Amino acid sequence: MIEIFRDVNVNWLGKRKIYLAISGSVMLLGLISLVAKHGFRYGVDFKGGTVVQVRFHDKPDIEKIRQLLRDNGAPDSQPQLLAGRNDVLIEFQGAKEEDASAGRGVIINALDKGFKGQYDILSATSIGPKVGDDLKRQAVLATLYALGGMLVYIGFRFDSWIYGAAAVFAAFHDTLLTLGLFSIFGREINLTVIAALLTLVGYSMNDTIVVFDRIRENLKIRRREALETVMNDSINQTLSRTILTSGLTFLTVVALFLFGGEIINHFAFAMVVGIIVGTYSSIAIAAPLVLVYTNIHSRAIAAAAPARPVVAPKVMKSPKPAKVK
Amino acid sequence: MNKRVRTRLLITLGVTLLSIGLFAGFPPSVAKMKQKVHLGLDLKGGTHLVLQVVTDDAIRAETDQAIESLRQQLQKENIVYRQLTRSASNTLQAVGVNPAKDSDFRRVVNERFTEWDMVSTAGEVPNTYTLRLKPTQEQQYRDQSIDQAINTIRNRIDQLGVGETVIQKQGGPTENEILVQLPDVTDPARVKNIMQSTALLELKLVDSGPYASAATAAQNYGGLVPANLEVLPSVERGVANGEGQFYAVQRVASISGRDLKGAYPSRDENGRPAVSFNLNADGAQRFGRVTEENIGKMLAIVLDGRIQSAPRINGRITDSGIITGGATGFAPEAAQDLSLVLRSGALPASIKYLDEEVVGPTLGADSIRAGLIAAIVALVSVVVFMLFYYKLSGVNATIAMILNLVILFGALAYFGAALTLPGIAGVILTIGVGIDSNVLIFERIREELRAGKTAVSAVVTSFSRVFITLVDTHLAALISAIFLFLFGTGPVKGFAVALVIGLVSNMFTAVFVSRTLFEWVLNRKQRADVALSI
Repeated sequence: MIEIFRDVNVNWLGKRKIYLAISGSVMLLGLISLVAKHGFRYGVDFKGGTVVQVRFHDKPDIEKIRQLLRDNGAPDSQPQLLAGRNDVLIEFQGAKEEDASAGRGVIINALDKGFKGQYDILSATSIGPKVGDDLKRQAVLATLYALGGMLVYIGFRFDSWIYGAAAVFAAFHDTLLTLGLFSIFGREINLTVIAALLTLVGYSMNDTIVVFDRIRENLKIRRREALETVMNDSINQTLSRTILTSGLTFLTVVALFLFGGEIINHFAFAMVVGIIVGTYSSIAIAAPLVLVYTNIHSRAIAAAAPARPVVAPKVMKSPKPAKVK
Repeated sequence: MNKRVRTRLLITLGVTLLSIGLFAGFPPSVAKMKQKVHLGLDLKGGTHLVLQVVTDDAIRAETDQAIESLRQQLQKENIVYRQLTRSASNTLQAVGVNPAKDSDFRRVVNERFTEWDMVSTAGEVPNTYTLRLKPTQEQQYRDQSIDQAINTIRNRIDQLGVGETVIQKQGGPTENEILVQLPDVTDPARVKNIMQSTALLELKLVDSGPYASAATAAQNYGGLVPANLEVLPSVERGVANGEGQFYAVQRVASISGRDLKGAYPSRDENGRPAVSFNLNADGAQRFGRVTEENIGKMLAIVLDGRIQSAPRINGRITDSGIITGGATGFAPEAAQDLSLVLRSGALPASIKYLDEEVVGPTLGADSIRAGLIAAIVALVSVVVFMLFYYKLSGVNATIAMILNLVILFGALAYFGAALTLPGIAGVILTIGVGIDSNVLIFERIREELRAGKTAVSAVVTSFSRVFITLVDTHLAALISAIFLFLFGTGPVKGFAVALVIGLVSNMFTAVFVSRTLFEWVLNRKQRADVALSI
């Protein structure tokens, strides 16, 4: 049997202050970057405008393209040569008021002045500002609803709202950290990134639930032990699973990141970051939150009555193990 | 083999075959697969448009119509007034109605204009009544105009024959948006022109003309064109100076596009492309009467407010006419498109383009390749690791994972859901979720084995214990995927569809199939101390 971890015994919850320092400083960095860069870099699908991806037959002179665009009604456009190919991505903000598709015409017209017949349009996207605002609102709503749904579900399944709240807070923490990193690395936030953020919320929840589930199981048989000990043991017991799963999932998104192509690159970046952050938060954020809350709560109760309660979530009745002959 | 394991193996086999049949046909072939697995626009190339119907246009038209019928009604009842105007798109004003006829006016409004609320009886001029369209009624007209716009656009696009198009309402009740997806169309200019063209055809009697400018036309009437006439520009050039021409024509059309029976491309007397039309029975009757009474006069053929030609009426014409395209005639394609939009009826309101995405076929092919490479790299590296780390049990996980993909594609084909680029990302994430389930189970089995349990009992305990965890993790993920599906649009939706199906099928493969395989292996060796390769 090849094993990575066996009988690990790390005092995870004793390092709460370190986690606070790490999360706090990364968030602070993200915030500073956000302020310094005047907000997020939104994709065209959120801010409105036109993006045209063009493939030239020969390696194009990007300066000439920039010049042509500047001279022909698209001064604020940013042509960008995609690495390793003859593809140029042109973003254009103008002409977005009335007819969303006018921007495409402007760009084609400008390129035709110098490169007529020497390129193909790979894709062209024009989005009016109204659609962009709608999408932004929808994305935020979808995230909030998803978090609310999970808060209710986990609170219900673990019989204590603090578990649901801790899991949702951890997922929220992951989203904030990832958004901060997007700002630090100057990456663009578009619709597919929102999809990635929602997926990583799902993943973070997944990790947290696995750990919580083990805590719930252990608490049932080890009622007399301190919550902190049980939690540490639970995290240690599930550690090999956590590392393996995260590692393998990480492998798949790294494949996406490296080979998935230009369009899902920002998506893959969000997933790569999200998996690291999500794994970290289920150990470093979710469990400590439950512990801290429970300690404060039981101290309050202990002051009133000497009995020392432990939050012991209810375990779902497992299906009867089938007999194998 | 015991009965339980056999049944479970049969179910697994059945689901596998069914899924393969769903996405690749039976017997499976690549050709059938291409037909059954729908690709999204981002993968096969095409145009995606979001239009907004300017429903205010429809409301305005409704108000104008009400003004017209109020005018007739007041005339019939002998109620004198100074003016009837439209003060807002949904509001009309009757200015300076004879005070003695106040009760008569109110009666007319109450009897005939039940869709309208009288919101005010005061104004700058005494005895001014303001009527506003009832809100429910207004919303109904707006909805109607969208439905009508969708129908008209569908009619027009269908006649172009661009394949499997999607034309549907999008967004909330007040957003008035229409989503149009045109596969394989990568230069949407012509399609957009055809969709956007209002194509309002009117035949109007010419009162006088031609004039060199609108001003000279007005001079002919002493500087002010009478209310029943209007001056319209013509696309024809003047014979003498080559400049534009204007005609004074009757404001009310003798015949309009509503009376059309058909329209088709033809040639004018000089052999240039033109569009011929014929009228329905009602229109033909009116047209016959109008032409008979006005022999010798000119009749303007007006398209979207511009006179195409103004031929002289030589005799009674009943059911057909021709639209010529000015001095140079129509381009052949323009004649074809014009007859198409005339046939499909006029748009009730103008439309705006909010969003346009065009994906060329090259990029689609590139994306498919990139997605496939990423998926294969992910799959292979995971399989290699699982086999290395979990030995024979890794085979088990591999089978479960591949079966998960098979079911996923079967379900996608069955529901007719299109596979989009974010959808491929969803598929790859499904691989990730599948791995997690297997790792959870395997790690648990190892733990139980370390605790001294026999292989058989370790498998049984692990599966029933991990089942709880899997239900919780999958349901939580499903909740977020469903919210994505409900509130997401376009690409996000495609992603959510793949993820929802993947989660459900993973529940089946990880819990049911994987367990069946374990039991099958353990069952073949009828000994209590059988070892497990894990």
